Amino acid sequence: MGSITLQKVSKSFGTTSVIPEIDLDINDGEFVVFVGPSGCGKSTLLRMIAGLEDLSGGRIVIDGKDMSNEAPAKRGLSMVFQSYALYPHMSVYGNIAFPLKMDGQDKAAIDKKVRDAANILNLTNYLDRRPGQLSGGQRQRVAIGRAIVRQPKAFLFDEPLSNLDAALRGNMRLEISDLHHQLKTTMIYVTHDQIEAMTMADKIVVLNAGRIEQVGSPLELYRNPRNLFVAGFIGSPRMNFIEGAHAATLNAATVGIRPEHMRISTTEGTWPGTVGVTEHLGSDTLIHVQSDGIGKITVRTDGDFPVEHGQKVFITPEERRVHRFDANGQAIQ
Amino acid sequence: MARAISTRRKLTFSILGWAIGLLIFFPILWTFLTSFKTEGTAIATPPQFLFFDWTLENYHEVQARSNYMKHVTNSIVISVGSTLIGLALAIPAAWAMAFSPTKRTKDVLMWMLSTKMMPPVGVLVPLYLIFRDWGLLDTRLGLVAVLTMINLPIIVWMLYTYFKEIPGEILEAARMDGASLMKEIVYVLTPMAVPGIASTMLLNIILAWNEAFWTLNLSAANAAPLTAFIASYSSPEGLFWAKLSAASTMAIAPILIMGWFSQKQLVRGLTFGAVK
Amino acid sequence: MATHQTRATARIMMSPAVILLFLWMIVPLVMTLYFSFLRYNLLMPGTEEFVGFLNYKYFLTDPSFFTALGNTLTLVGGTLLITVIGGILLALVLDQPFFGQGIVRLLVIAPFFVMPTVSALVWKNMLMHPVNGLFAWIARSFGFQPIDWFAEVPLFSIILIVAWQWLPFATLILLTALQSLDGEQIEAAEMDGAGALSRFFYLVLPHMSRAITVVILIQTIFLLSVFAEILVTTNGGPGIQTTNITYLIYAQALLQFDVGGASAGGIVAVILANIVAFFLIRLIGKNLER
Repeated sequence: MGSITLQKVSKSFGTTSVIPEIDLDINDGEFVVFVGPSGCGKSTLLRMIAGLEDLSGGRIVIDGKDMSNEAPAKRGLSMVFQSYALYPHMSVYGNIAFPLKMDGQDKAAIDKKVRDAANILNLTNYLDRRPGQLSGGQRQRVAIGRAIVRQPKAFLFDEPLSNLDAALRGNMRLEISDLHHQLKTTMIYVTHDQIEAMTMADKIVVLNAGRIEQVGSPLELYRNPRNLFVAGFIGSPRMNFIEGAHAATLNAATVGIRPEHMRISTTEGTWPGTVGVTEHLGSDTLIHVQSDGIGKITVRTDGDFPVEHGQKVFITPEERRVHRFDANGQAIQ
Repeated sequence: MARAISTRRKLTFSILGWAIGLLIFFPILWTFLTSFKTEGTAIATPPQFLFFDWTLENYHEVQARSNYMKHVTNSIVISVGSTLIGLALAIPAAWAMAFSPTKRTKDVLMWMLSTKMMPPVGVLVPLYLIFRDWGLLDTRLGLVAVLTMINLPIIVWMLYTYFKEIPGEILEAARMDGASLMKEIVYVLTPMAVPGIASTMLLNIILAWNEAFWTLNLSAANAAPLTAFIASYSSPEGLFWAKLSAASTMAIAPILIMGWFSQKQLVRGLTFGAVK
Repeated sequence: MATHQTRATARIMMSPAVILLFLWMIVPLVMTLYFSFLRYNLLMPGTEEFVGFLNYKYFLTDPSFFTALGNTLTLVGGTLLITVIGGILLALVLDQPFFGQGIVRLLVIAPFFVMPTVSALVWKNMLMHPVNGLFAWIARSFGFQPIDWFAEVPLFSIILIVAWQWLPFATLILLTALQSLDGEQIEAAEMDGAGALSRFFYLVLPHMSRAITVVILIQTIFLLSVFAEILVTTNGGPGIQTTNITYLIYAQALLQFDVGGASAGGIVAVILANIVAFFLIRLIGKNLER
């Protein structure tokens, strides 16, 4: 079991409020990602759930029990830190065994659990090594191993992949998702990378300046962003925003259209413009167009669309995929 | 010219460097040599440098004629004892300041440092009277207490700068893993801080071993460490240079070797982290 | 990592060290302050009475106070001059690559680990002795009349001994600072056509200025309290030519048993040290911010 409920949880340092009241339900077995720009309070929120930070107000209920003032160790949660936080003076075995040792379990039980965990994580050959002798990905797996042996009610991940290189990050993303399917334990995962959020989450919580902007499944957020912030944050490359006269014709203060929801042509279309930089990604091409009277627009097209710098092109948005926002930045349905 | 150092330049600096080094080291070397001379050779003119009859007699004499071993024991008890007690007080304090800092932590640290700036004569009188009234004069216990307090600020400071280098996330990880505070300190913090604790210990043993204000003023025959014992050679009743040298060599040799081992940490400890 | 629990524990963990240090500082200091207003001599028990600032008046108008103050300043200033200039030169030499650099470094720092009583006695007897000392022999070898160090230039002799003890400290710290100097900066200056001397004055010296300040301040704190070296060599003499403030107060307290007078002197010494400490604390505190 591992359901977590936040009730009017708030945090302030002195007189500065970092997190105004937040309410959130996390169901048992769910993979929840807190995503937002740096400084949005997502890590603070995670640390409050972990018990590493005090609440300034509100309650944290885990499996129906109020845990707001319990010590971290008593909450039955595990955490994987951004820096992995492995114990450098212990072997891999010692690191994974540490929580069990603290729990006072007997040697044979510890040994079995450590070996099982090492098996799942492909660490069996490295049990005698020190963390300093491991690669970044291996360290990450040790940190995860240390988290899973306790069989916690939930795992907390604090930007665990941000210290890895791009290729490894992709792999670890898969491994963590895989682990979630195997263990079916609640996971709360903090990241500033919306790709991680989109690829891994059952439920994404978008945070900005301590407030929850929107909660929903990845595709819900992609299709129906509730406001400008979510629209801009979710999706890559970023959604194009157009203001002014053109937006007014659609009865909106701002309209948004994703780069993949436009067609580009050299002969005909709605908005004429001039090609600036083109980024060839192979599978597709990003074309940055300076459009007259509208501004800079990024368009995604297929890999072998032939254009040159300075060429005249025409862009046509897909009407159904245009998002409209009012003057307060809220979506107009 | 990719910083190619010419051999001539290197040779010049070798000669210069060694000349200066030997010049500075000479009084120690001279003491060492003299400790193997007879009293007659020790004061001979012209001085004998290497070609004299080497003898170990002085070392026997020093140990036979005085309570040399007692003073050595006193020095060891006082320096090691005060350092260990200091560490026991300072490790928790430095832990608190490094990992749970508050707005006042910096002030506390600076205040601790300021106690180090107090000239010992400022408190000589009351301390002497307190020691007299409590029967602590000329006791090891008294000297251990005083030297603990003298070096406590340095110990806290050094440990603080070492602890600061340990990432807080590791301690949080231990906390998440179910470690109580004691276990966190015993299993995680202390083993990680061993190098820092060791060099702190070394430097403070050196400082306590060589302390020569309180040890001279608060001890007499019984608790006198080597500093005070050597001072007794200053009485002008004859020149016992060879024996003075033997006693001095024994008094400084162990600490000199410890000092050489701890030289890397020395700068940090002595400048309170102001120069690294 | 800041929760109520950890903060509460932190306070408990700090308290033994803080409380003990507080008592260690405040109790004797208050007692010193109290004694300094009393007539209080251990040889005349029962005659204690409040005398106001009389002790201060005696201490501060006593000609030996001014001599001792002068001696203290000469001792501190002279030692600083030798150790800082010597330390800079030594650091520059030791920073150059040469054969056996590591060993020379060990030789240079060695005096710092020699206990004050040993260095004072070794220098006084084996080096500076007017008849059998090594210096006397050297002087005679060159046909000079040997100097009777402790009779003719007693304070200078003590300065030499103390400077020998502290030169390693200055050298080591200045060398550390020198080694942190960015090599590319020097190379850039060379490209700009700066000669060795201007490189030293415009780059190296400013870079070392902070370390030099630290050396001066820390040494001053310790040099104000030089004691053992005087006790075992001259006992403050001849006359009071080598009596510094510390030794003066020591003599008043433990040789003349004048508790009141010595306490007044102690307070004066505390005030003098605090003037230096004020600057040192600010310097180190500034460093703590970064």
